Amino acid sequence: MKNDKIPAAIIQTISSLGILVMVFILFFLIKEGLPVLSETTLGDLLTGKYWYPTEEPPVFGMLPLLLGSLSVTLASSLLAVPVSLLVAIFVAEVAPDWMHDLMKPVLELLGFLPSIILGFLGMVLIAPKLQETFMLITGLNMFNASILLGIMIIPIVSSLAEEALTSVPRELRDASYALGATRWETIVKVVVPYALPGIQSGALLGIMRGMGETMVVLMAAGGAAILPRSIFDPVRPLTSTIAAEMGETPVGSPHYHALFFAGLLLLVITLIINLISIWVEKRGRLERS
Amino acid sequence: MDISVSARDVNLYYGDHHVLKDVSFDMNSRMVTALIGPSGCGKSSFLRCLNRMNDFIKSARVEGDIRIKGKDIYAKETEVIALRRDVGMVFQKPNPFPMSIYDNVAYGPRLHGIKKKEQLDEIVETSIKGAALWDEVKDKLQASGLGLSGGQQQRLCIARAIATKPGVILMDEPTSALDPLATAKIEELIRQIKESFTVIIVTHNMQQAARISDFTAFFLLGDLVEYGVTTEMFTNPKDKRTEDYITGRFG
Repeated sequence: MKNDKIPAAIIQTISSLGILVMVFILFFLIKEGLPVLSETTLGDLLTGKYWYPTEEPPVFGMLPLLLGSLSVTLASSLLAVPVSLLVAIFVAEVAPDWMHDLMKPVLELLGFLPSIILGFLGMVLIAPKLQETFMLITGLNMFNASILLGIMIIPIVSSLAEEALTSVPRELRDASYALGATRWETIVKVVVPYALPGIQSGALLGIMRGMGETMVVLMAAGGAAILPRSIFDPVRPLTSTIAAEMGETPVGSPHYHALFFAGLLLLVITLIINLISIWVEKRGRLERS
Repeated sequence: MDISVSARDVNLYYGDHHVLKDVSFDMNSRMVTALIGPSGCGKSSFLRCLNRMNDFIKSARVEGDIRIKGKDIYAKETEVIALRRDVGMVFQKPNPFPMSIYDNVAYGPRLHGIKKKEQLDEIVETSIKGAALWDEVKDKLQASGLGLSGGQQQRLCIARAIATKPGVILMDEPTSALDPLATAKIEELIRQIKESFTVIIVTHNMQQAARISDFTAFFLLGDLVEYGVTTEMFTNPKDKRTEDYITGRFG
């Protein structure tokens, strides 16, 4: 119909404008990030062990930052994903209705907890405790930040996993029960395997969220750009490096471009996780049809 | 004749809703009993009393006496797990598990502790053969059960149900989601498996009841209106309401 064309055109214009803005951000990031390569090589950037951006001449080795980001994210996922799965199973399958109705919104609310509050808790509560208990030089370290990031992503991952679990068709559970399975057997052998692609993609989204988190790691990870040797070493992830240094960097300096490059690196990592997540879910859907 | 399932004064409530009213009748071994009646008459609810699937509905309450091979299935000492092992069920929509054909059929036996590969192999083969599916899947037992057609999936579900060697098989409108050809195959299969099992089938389709069942129970608004030999009931119904229903005056 002729009249359909006008709304279609409006929607097309607005949505392509939105996409254009996103593309522009990417373009800007690349444009501001790549010039650092005239100062150093890509190999030195990615594998250099020293991050001394304000020395003369500056040294831009991002390996400590990269490892800082990856190690904190990995440790927090190891903490959070199993807990989230158990929380999700409890809320979706075990809890009585009233508790499910209570916990689901609470989980979703916790997912919106401002991360600065968590960082604050890490600085004031966890850090002194850690320092005392393990006789450390500082309580602000990878372990502290991992706990906080873990707490931060548990609501996100468990909420997504819960949705994956509740979307398992009633008929499948019935079929399992009708064969004489207990509730636990049904959960382990039928419900979780069916929901697995959704759970995996939820976990990856949570991990991605942890990877991009800035405030918590800025406040609680310690901020030392060293190669971590133990979980109690302070680290300086990419995000907190950008946040801490961008304000004190002359625009257009090599350091400025290096920080943009760090942002680009983060974008690439989260993009990869995102693609894996999409792939996992798609494969799951294929298996189910 | 050998009585397999007997119901005496069975009343079922969902909260205040009185779903089944004083239902009493006996279902015979190695026979097909069809439960017919309009939607909401309680026939599916009755079926779900027989393997206690109503236990999952919190407001559900069952009164009266249901015995399977003489054992009161609502007695305190009855284990639901053991009961469901002896009373298989096939559902309206084919619902194979998202796993291989082999694992689907082996699911029940594995639950009940059979681990030996040769033993499982044998159960899977006889069950799939019993469900008239063997020739179609024997070369792809490790393929996903979800890759089969609807009719094949439903026969896989029947294979899964008979794999635990139950005495009774409950079928809840097993062909309502299938095309006529697949339906014919399932009906043929039901005629075969009644040699070894008691089959109780809920159906919306009166022709289907007439084609495959030996006995028919007609439910209306929670009452068992009439129960008897299928051929007699369809040619010479005793109750006026039965006659009205099977001649299509309502339903």
